[in-house]
Amino acid sequence: MQALQDFLATPVGHLVLTVAQTLALLVPVLICVAYMTWAERRIMAAMQLRKGPNVVGPFGMLQPFADALKMLMKETIVPTGASRYLFLAAPMLTFLLAMIAWSVIPVNDGWAIADINVGILYLFAVSSLGVYGVIIAGWASNSKYAFLGALRSAAQMVSYEVSMGFVIVTVLLCAGSLNLTEIVRAQTTVWYVIPLFPMAIIFFISTLAETNRAPFDLPEGESELVAGFFVEYSSMSFALFFLGEYANILLMCSLTTILFLGGWLPPMAIEPFTWVPGPLWFMLKAGLLFFCFVWVRATFPRYRYDQLMRLGWKVFLPFSLVWLIITAFTLKLMGWLPA
Amino acid sequence: MSASLLGEYFPILVFIGIAAGIAIAMVAGALLLARQKPDAEKLSTYECGFEPFEDTRHRFDVRFYLVAILFIIFDLEVAFLFPWAITLGDIGWLGFGSMMAFLGVLTVGFIYEWRKGALDWE
Amino acid sequence: MIAGLAFYVFAAILIACATMVVTSRNPVHSVLYLILAFFNAAGLFLLAGAEFLAMILVIVYVGAVAVLFLFVVMMLDIDFTKLREGFQRYAPFGAIIGGILFLELVMVLGSWRFSGDAAELRLSPAPAGITNTEALGRILYTDYVFLFQIAGLILLVAMMGAIVLTLRERTGTKRQSIPDQLAREGKVEVLNIPGGQGIRSLGILRRLPKAEPAPKKVAHHGHDDDHHGGGHH
Repeated sequence: MQALQDFLATPVGHLVLTVAQTLALLVPVLICVAYMTWAERRIMAAMQLRKGPNVVGPFGMLQPFADALKMLMKETIVPTGASRYLFLAAPMLTFLLAMIAWSVIPVNDGWAIADINVGILYLFAVSSLGVYGVIIAGWASNSKYAFLGALRSAAQMVSYEVSMGFVIVTVLLCAGSLNLTEIVRAQTTVWYVIPLFPMAIIFFISTLAETNRAPFDLPEGESELVAGFFVEYSSMSFALFFLGEYANILLMCSLTTILFLGGWLPPMAIEPFTWVPGPLWFMLKAGLLFFCFVWVRATFPRYRYDQLMRLGWKVFLPFSLVWLIITAFTLKLMGWLPA
Repeated sequence: MSASLLGEYFPILVFIGIAAGIAIAMVAGALLLARQKPDAEKLSTYECGFEPFEDTRHRFDVRFYLVAILFIIFDLEVAFLFPWAITLGDIGWLGFGSMMAFLGVLTVGFIYEWRKGALDWE
Repeated sequence: MIAGLAFYVFAAILIACATMVVTSRNPVHSVLYLILAFFNAAGLFLLAGAEFLAMILVIVYVGAVAVLFLFVVMMLDIDFTKLREGFQRYAPFGAIIGGILFLELVMVLGSWRFSGDAAELRLSPAPAGITNTEALGRILYTDYVFLFQIAGLILLVAMMGAIVLTLRERTGTKRQSIPDQLAREGKVEVLNIPGGQGIRSLGILRRLPKAEPAPKKVAHHGHDDDHHGGGHH
């Protein structure tokens, strides 16, 4: 035991420990992502009175792995006229960004692997980089569909990022820190979804747009753009886009959980709730939000592009700005600001 | 100060390394394992039954540039809001008022662009 | 030691990327190198302990400004022969401007002095117990209120400039006016259809394939038929 502690104190030991922590987070995340695709298909099927994947393994539970193996055995196609390296790099970039954001997510008190002071800014930065995977893929494919999809996606993602920024600032006003762990701890008395309910809704809808999900899935719009920016992709490159996209959805659900649903905190700090460990609460809340993602997809038809831009710039932006000012004024007037 | 701060960022570096490793391994794995048998038709870009007429990269609506420019401006506004939000308790009503003036100026710009129709899509 | 090494790594990559920005043939590659350069600059900020600035650099420059650059560069028709022609024509002109800028830089550097308390300021520790975001927030909005307001005005000018330069009114397009659409009367009708009954028995007729056009009474749903491009069918 002592020898182990000594070893961990050395730089090499520190590296080994960090790598172990990273894998201990990333592997469950990837498994979650795999099962999210399965869960989405099952839930959608149930909502549409179909069966969904039910052949591979019990309840079709092995379907994600069958899909992965199938993808692995497919030929990687790089179209003529495409920029070869950028074409292959774009899905890797999408995947990489979706993964590195997880380094600051606190699944439980003190479990954030990189507990940096500016955690929320880091997440904001990483999510604003997500647009590159899309633009590069669209441009490098040298295909009209991909290009149009990338263009739409880029404009859409940046439009909704502004209102997301305002919502995050509102939460920061209440929490008084940029550190994600501190933000969750500040919600011990009340989850921010209660005082900031409209902002929580705006944030949730913005995350739908940010992850290109229905009803904002115009970049992919399979009926008009066949698949949007990744129309030319096959094999593992396609799988990386898929994984990256779902990892981003999970990330956005986790971020909403942290900002509004009190992260790992139980609804009330009383007996039956406190028996459930924090990470389980976290997963439950994130899972509930993911269910809402699927539910929305099964319910609403796709937006038109002008409606999408109007919602982002003319509804969410002014509304969140006004709400931000109201929140700041109220907190200031009542002296409720965190010191 | 600096050493402990950098220590907190070290795991991010490890994350980048591991995630890049996984991504490269997956793509390389597919390249190695799967049978690659390209031909001209297979590699042509997707079109709905036509031969592609021209190169894809061409000019498009200037409106997309406008969205990008407006986004930069609002992004900067948000960037100014972050430190304000976490120090509002310490900077008194002067700090509050100065941010309101700042937001007021930008709201004027926002109303201007709304009136001009810069936010409309046809 | 490691921090020192990291500084040289970041700085070296930064300079290499900056060189590639101006030398690479393809403008898209230039922008991508520029992005890499921004990242390394953010790394340098981090090494200096300025984590807020590092993140803002990534958010604003990489997440917003470089997206615009990439937009512009990717979507332009870039004709290399034309570019080269232009290069020959404008080379002397460019050289003159470059020379003037270089001279100015030399003059600035020549008159450069370190202020007396620079070394002291450099060595003074960051305020203990607060993050540098807070340290920034405590002075930016009160001590530097005028500079802050000027920043706001500059952003306003930028916003207006962007609109004046890029906004072109188009004619002949149809816009959706949502308030009008919602306020119009008699267009939207909500019907309660009992289970098991066809809509035909309620007097709602659909156009039959070959018969004469059915009576004009067609139930409108929320979206518009008189505006162009109904999104979902």
